[in-house]
Amino acid sequence: MSLADFVPFLPEIFLAVAGLAVLLLGIPMGSRGSRPIIAISIGALAATAVLIFLVGRPTAGPQLILGDMLVIDQFAVFFKVLVLIASALALLMASGYLDRAGYSSGEFAALILFADLGMFVMVSGANLASLYVGLELMALSVYVLVGYFKLEVKSNEGAVKYFVLGAASSAVLLYGISLIYGTTGSLDLETIRSSLTGVPHQNVLLMLGIVLVAFGMLFKVAAVPFHVWTPDAYEGAPTPVTAFISVAPKAVAFAMFLRLFAGTFASEVDHWWMLLWIASAATMIYGNVAALTQDNVKRMLAYSSIAHAGYALMGLVAASDNGTWAVLMYMGVYTFMNLGAFGFVILLESKGYAGERIEDFAGLARRHPAAAAGMLIFMLGLAGIPPTAGFMGKLYLWAATVEAGYVVLAVISVIMSAVSLYYYFRIVVQMYLKDGEAEGEAAPQMLNDRWTGTAIAVCAVLTLVIGLWPAPLVGWAKSGLSALGF
Amino acid sequence: MDTQYGWLLNLICYLPLAGALLIIFFIKKENTGAVKLAAVSIAAIDFVLSLPLWFLYRTDGAEFQFATQMEWIPSVGAQYLFGVDGFAILLILLTTLLGFISVYSSFTAITDREKEYYVFLLMLQTGMMGVFCALDFVLFYVFWEVMLVPMYFLIGVWGGPRKLYAAIKFFLYTLVGSVLMLVGILALYFFNAGGLKAIGLPGLGNDPTFSIPHLYTIAPQVPPELQFWIFLAFFVGFAIKVPMFPFHTWLPDAHVEAPTAGSVILAGVLLKMGTYGFVRLSLPLLPDATVKAVPWVGLLSIIAIVYGALVAMAQKDMKKLVAYSSVSHMGFITIGIFALNDPGLRGAILQMLNHGVSTGALFLLVGIVYERRHNRLIAEYGGIAKVMPIYATFFLIITMSSIGLPTLNGFIGEFLILIGAFNHSWVWALFAASGIVLGAAYMLWLYQRVFFGELSNEKNKDLKDLNLREQWTIIPLIVLAFWIGLYPKPFFDRMQPTVDNVMKRVSVAMPEADLGFSYGGESETDHAENPQTKHGE
Repeated sequence: MSLADFVPFLPEIFLAVAGLAVLLLGIPMGSRGSRPIIAISIGALAATAVLIFLVGRPTAGPQLILGDMLVIDQFAVFFKVLVLIASALALLMASGYLDRAGYSSGEFAALILFADLGMFVMVSGANLASLYVGLELMALSVYVLVGYFKLEVKSNEGAVKYFVLGAASSAVLLYGISLIYGTTGSLDLETIRSSLTGVPHQNVLLMLGIVLVAFGMLFKVAAVPFHVWTPDAYEGAPTPVTAFISVAPKAVAFAMFLRLFAGTFASEVDHWWMLLWIASAATMIYGNVAALTQDNVKRMLAYSSIAHAGYALMGLVAASDNGTWAVLMYMGVYTFMNLGAFGFVILLESKGYAGERIEDFAGLARRHPAAAAGMLIFMLGLAGIPPTAGFMGKLYLWAATVEAGYVVLAVISVIMSAVSLYYYFRIVVQMYLKDGEAEGEAAPQMLNDRWTGTAIAVCAVLTLVIGLWPAPLVGWAKSGLSALGF
Repeated sequence: MDTQYGWLLNLICYLPLAGALLIIFFIKKENTGAVKLAAVSIAAIDFVLSLPLWFLYRTDGAEFQFATQMEWIPSVGAQYLFGVDGFAILLILLTTLLGFISVYSSFTAITDREKEYYVFLLMLQTGMMGVFCALDFVLFYVFWEVMLVPMYFLIGVWGGPRKLYAAIKFFLYTLVGSVLMLVGILALYFFNAGGLKAIGLPGLGNDPTFSIPHLYTIAPQVPPELQFWIFLAFFVGFAIKVPMFPFHTWLPDAHVEAPTAGSVILAGVLLKMGTYGFVRLSLPLLPDATVKAVPWVGLLSIIAIVYGALVAMAQKDMKKLVAYSSVSHMGFITIGIFALNDPGLRGAILQMLNHGVSTGALFLLVGIVYERRHNRLIAEYGGIAKVMPIYATFFLIITMSSIGLPTLNGFIGEFLILIGAFNHSWVWALFAASGIVLGAAYMLWLYQRVFFGELSNEKNKDLKDLNLREQWTIIPLIVLAFWIGLYPKPFFDRMQPTVDNVMKRVSVAMPEADLGFSYGGESETDHAENPQTKHGE
């Protein structure tokens, strides 16, 4: 290992330093509100993006660094950029929110940056050990973020549930990893892969290992039956955190899932596709059906994000090139739609937990037509109606599923997207079809928060533009493909 | 494909959307006068712009004209592909005309949130037009679903008392149908390209493409079993839209709750999407499955014709009566299409226009009295002819057009469909004819109860007759009804290339004898109106 090995790792190093710096800066600057710290953190994220462009991207094919622990490839770059964008948007949304709630921003921003560091390691891990380290760094930061409102009972409750179940799932994952290590003798993904191909495996322990790893990953993406933590954690967490954890950790968990199952364990597909098929179908059905009866918007979006994990799992089940880039594409569009939807919850959260009841959206179209139109775009996107990005994302997932011949799964997801339309449109009904003034109490006012508004506007424009002209994102997602064959 | 005047088609398609954006950003919502003026001028300009299509379309030219072809999502083979044939042009003209009429007829009916209303109406028009223009499956699907959103709002915001239920029911029904269709589209797409791996079906290995004209060329190679499944997926999507029995239950709700203009668009154009889909996609792309499905679709159509008519007869609400009559009339169109012969198909296409004209006008007329009385129950009226003579005259003409009286449009379409149905099987013709009789019965009975008899209800005594604006919303439709009824040749000329192409493509799967019989029947009955058919034989 030479010093030159560290050059492609510079973005991660920079993130770690920036996280520490923000943490320290938070102490003297804490009294001046959250904006300066947030601005510095977003600057750090932008600088990281520049560093990725300069040194952290593959120049000629995938490149293994740091003793083959990490790999630099287009696949990792795709997710890194996605994580950076999602974090920046979440920070923008958090700025005013933290001031209103009276919590400091230094630790908050630092935790987001540390979580990003963990995610970076996760998406570029080429070794089960580094993958696990990245996963835990991300998870620990996120546990703390969920419980960030230390005086709110709901926030604490969510964090504890998330932590206990998350720790258990990590143990399961780790046990799976140990079984794989025990049967193949290696933690290196490439070595495991080559030892699996060509050899007929009836090794029960190996199968058990793969299944346990799958369970651990299903927990991280919040798939049924490992989803129970999601609604509580999402509801209890401060809303910007909910926005963040519903997209970035989920996206990178899918990245790791793909790297392991579409890459390393690809030759064992006959053994695991059924498991993921069932998980995908159950997740879509349960998430959508459970969301139907929710009256709390955050909880509804939590169930909806469970359902979206189910859609994305279809791409894994397809176990093909098309399936893989469809997942990348879907994570890309889902990030913007979901962040935008949570952004509106933040803007409506003017008094206590207002903005969380569906009725708080009543009459929004009359009072704030632009905001209502924005929320409409996100709801259409999440339901997968063209011309929004959500449709384009689902189209490729369906395509991959049909191509692989899992037509029944495609039909289930098709019917479930129609179901999802019903609950997304409960919000639309409130915004456009209800008055909001006859309710008795004064309708919640929308906050005038420029930063959050900007973040939402970015999401809305991207949701529409990707929906109308998806070619660039498709091309970018496809470029991530080559990575999985290493 | 002929790309001449391609810009014109794009302009016609996107002008309403541009107008809607203009209204959103530049006109204040308090200034309702300006909103109305802008909306109606955009709709009128759009109609005028669409007229050249009628004259510029060359029946001896390429199959699809006014085409535009651009890259869109190259990595999956989706293109921006626009183009129309005579059939699509007729429907586009119907759309722009009804679009204008529905904007113009809403001036007094809509008094709440006008700006949003006209914006949604104009957006809807772009969506509908896109469906008729798109020749790429992804593009087609995008427009197909896009138009659901404004229609949802039109019903949901400005509808009747049960508007929320009706709006979401409409949306969910059509959404389920269309996403299933998408699965079918994808299966076809992969068959053309790399095949469907897990079920061991090899593909043709062509470059992946969603282009409909290209997929026409591979249609005969699609194995029958795959055709069956794709046909089923398409069928659910289109049958819900038509709507065919037993998928029709959303229609009465949506129609009754929608505002008048919404019902006009719904009946006039949206229902045609389903039959358009059958003619444009199911028949030519899946000939084998189509031929096998004929008895079943015929059965469902017959049920729709008879059942729709009987239910219409039992209605107490005028709008609901018209809504159920749509089920019956659309059954006619599907039976004409699935007779799979030249007269049946021509009659069906003409009947699509006729139904748009006459049912659209009926909804407008019902809407006019509803606006005055806020009541649509037939029992509330009676003897209206005395106070509203012009209204009664217009209503009579449209009633006659709807029941197929000679010299009016309905006759030509129904007659050709009957010939087509008879060529297929006399049983079909028998039931279809009974539908005409029942149709006459409920429409005339409605007319009698509303317009004749004693003017018994006090509230009706000072009803005002149609004002000039209301007259001018109906007159274009009446003119069209007479034109089609007296001289339909220009319409047949324009649809003939489409009919020939569809018949050519679907006849691949038809036994020779069947084909000869249906064409033989056609030459006897075709009263020398159409030199092209003869030469096509």
